[in-house]
Amino acid sequence: MAIFINETTRIIVQGFTGKIGTFHAQDMINYGSNVVGGVTPGKGGQKHLDRPVFNTVKEAVELAGAEASIIFVPPAFAADSIMEAADAGIKYCVAITDGIPTQDMMTVKSYLRRFPIEKRMILTGPNCAGTISPERSMLGIMPGHIYMRGNVGVVGRSGTLGYEAADQMKRLGIGISTSVGIGGDPINGSSHRDIFEQFEQDDETKVILMIGEIGGPQEVDAGIFAQANMKKPVIAYIAGLTAPEGRRMGHAGAIISSAGESAAEKVAMLRDLGVTICPTPAAMGETVAKVLAGL
Amino acid sequence: MDIHEYQAKELLSGYGVKIAEGGLAYSPEDAVQRAREIGGHIWVVKAQIHSGARGKAGGIKVCKTHDEVEAAAEALLGKKLVTHQTGAAGKICNRLYIEAGTDIAKELYFCFLVDRISERIVMVGSQDGGMDIEEIAETNPNSIKKIYIEPAVGLQDFQAREMAFALGLDAELISHAVKTFKGCYRALRDLDANMLEINPLVITGNNELIALDAKMGFDENALFRRQKIAELRDKTQEDPRETAAADRGLSYVGLDGDIGCMINGAGLAMATMDMIKLAGGEPANFLDVGGGASAERTEKAFRLVLADTNVKAMLVNIFAGINRCDWIAEGVVQAVRKIDMKVPLIVRLSGTNVEEGRRIIAESGLPIITAETLAEAAEKAVAARNQVVANQAAGA
Repeated sequence: MAIFINETTRIIVQGFTGKIGTFHAQDMINYGSNVVGGVTPGKGGQKHLDRPVFNTVKEAVELAGAEASIIFVPPAFAADSIMEAADAGIKYCVAITDGIPTQDMMTVKSYLRRFPIEKRMILTGPNCAGTISPERSMLGIMPGHIYMRGNVGVVGRSGTLGYEAADQMKRLGIGISTSVGIGGDPINGSSHRDIFEQFEQDDETKVILMIGEIGGPQEVDAGIFAQANMKKPVIAYIAGLTAPEGRRMGHAGAIISSAGESAAEKVAMLRDLGVTICPTPAAMGETVAKVLAGL
Repeated sequence: MDIHEYQAKELLSGYGVKIAEGGLAYSPEDAVQRAREIGGHIWVVKAQIHSGARGKAGGIKVCKTHDEVEAAAEALLGKKLVTHQTGAAGKICNRLYIEAGTDIAKELYFCFLVDRISERIVMVGSQDGGMDIEEIAETNPNSIKKIYIEPAVGLQDFQAREMAFALGLDAELISHAVKTFKGCYRALRDLDANMLEINPLVITGNNELIALDAKMGFDENALFRRQKIAELRDKTQEDPRETAAADRGLSYVGLDGDIGCMINGAGLAMATMDMIKLAGGEPANFLDVGGGASAERTEKAFRLVLADTNVKAMLVNIFAGINRCDWIAEGVVQAVRKIDMKVPLIVRLSGTNVEEGRRIIAESGLPIITAETLAEAAEKAVAARNQVVANQAAGA
């Protein structure tokens, strides 16, 4: 089944007619994603990439049946776009935008919590590469061709490191059910744990690979959840063994600012929680292969 | 982005937070002049560097005469102060803040920060002021009071009162404390700060509440809408390599090792550095060149990495997604031809158009070492670095 998206999911692009939005919308269409249109305020009624442009997300939901959205809106306006999608009844939203102010994300999260859980939009990102259910649908900016369909659920903070993992697995003939980027920001739409819950319920997913990094509590939190609530095995790699304390490593959220946030500490805690640890970033594929072989 | 104590105090006093009288000095003469203007008999000369724990590093001096003020200023200006937060390189002190001495009855700890678990701003206080919060957490964790603030409604009076009582303030100070805490919260929200720390917040002998120190950190993602805050940036407090990188739109962190790195994506960059370490080497830097690595950007990144004279080998690891390996390869070849590279270069390309990229590198005729996998790239980089060190030792 995969999670979040499949070949029938009706997708819209927010920031559709901009340069970046156009480029990636075309790429998603080429991959086979069911892109039904896009939103650019003020350009409603036009056609772009052979698809309708709407002024508001509400119109896109009403007229094109949009279910999922991807956001390429600049940082200053991105929080507003996410809230607009949530209000319009979009079920799943990926925010690609890098550089959204932290306080804006706090507002977004507080806004999302106002909806009852069954009506609450699921957000992944911001500052991520998006989500892909290989050979069915891509809601992101990744190179689709390196992903093979299969039974491993992947969740990670980093884009290119996720590509690295997909590539290592593909070389070993291992495919992916869905790969979800949760992004490198300190406050993000969904945590590793949120994605674990989805993978646990998904028939197609047999094992889960978590690609984490320094900073914040989310990897260990997910490990605690997995130990208590999950039957499927979890494998993890945590990037940033060499990262010094108190320094931001590229991602806004990749900073060791308190106890338990370094890579070594996270690895030790996850191991204690029964998570299989990839000894090196070059061994993500092999480690997944070993766990799959043991099923 | 961090700012200096005097800047934070200036901002906070605009929000109703009481501070001691003080002034900025760039020279010993300035310092004495400020002491004269302030009057009184005790002054504190405080080094303005972007670090806490300045007292232990000798950066804060209590003076009883103008001569002492002058001598303290003389000793601090132009000096590098090393604290446990600055690392061994220390931070240079170019500015002093001269402040009237405060009669301290009690020291408290107070701060606001972004809590990543609750996704809210949390207000933190403790009666054990003057120590680092890490130290308080270790020695007396029960003294730490945390109050979470709902972003939609902001800090409420009852929450501020609850904190004031937890800090042991007596009844007549409560309303001033509420005003102080709410002022700090408004400053944090209005200015897009992600951290605000007053340590110590002191109760004076006259039963007043004063911010004796103040530290603020700002969300760099929000500086586009906080021009006045952006102007407070002091580049002398940053690693010059990181400043140069930031000005070129690259994300760079200088480290102590000798294998230079250029990678696309923060996660892959950290993973590559981990791989170097596991292969027995030490990375010289973190450098994320981002998604659209043009030839021009590649050249800038090369210059940045190689500006570090410790670098004995350089590793390029690119996983092309939106990018294409052939474009990257051309950028690398151009950069190497333009820059007189004296250290071995290891390149690993993967992803879109990888065959074409490898062909361009191979046909360039340049002495570039190539690798197919992450592990191979790290091993080759460490081997090349070791060879350089061995050659240098043999030559010496």
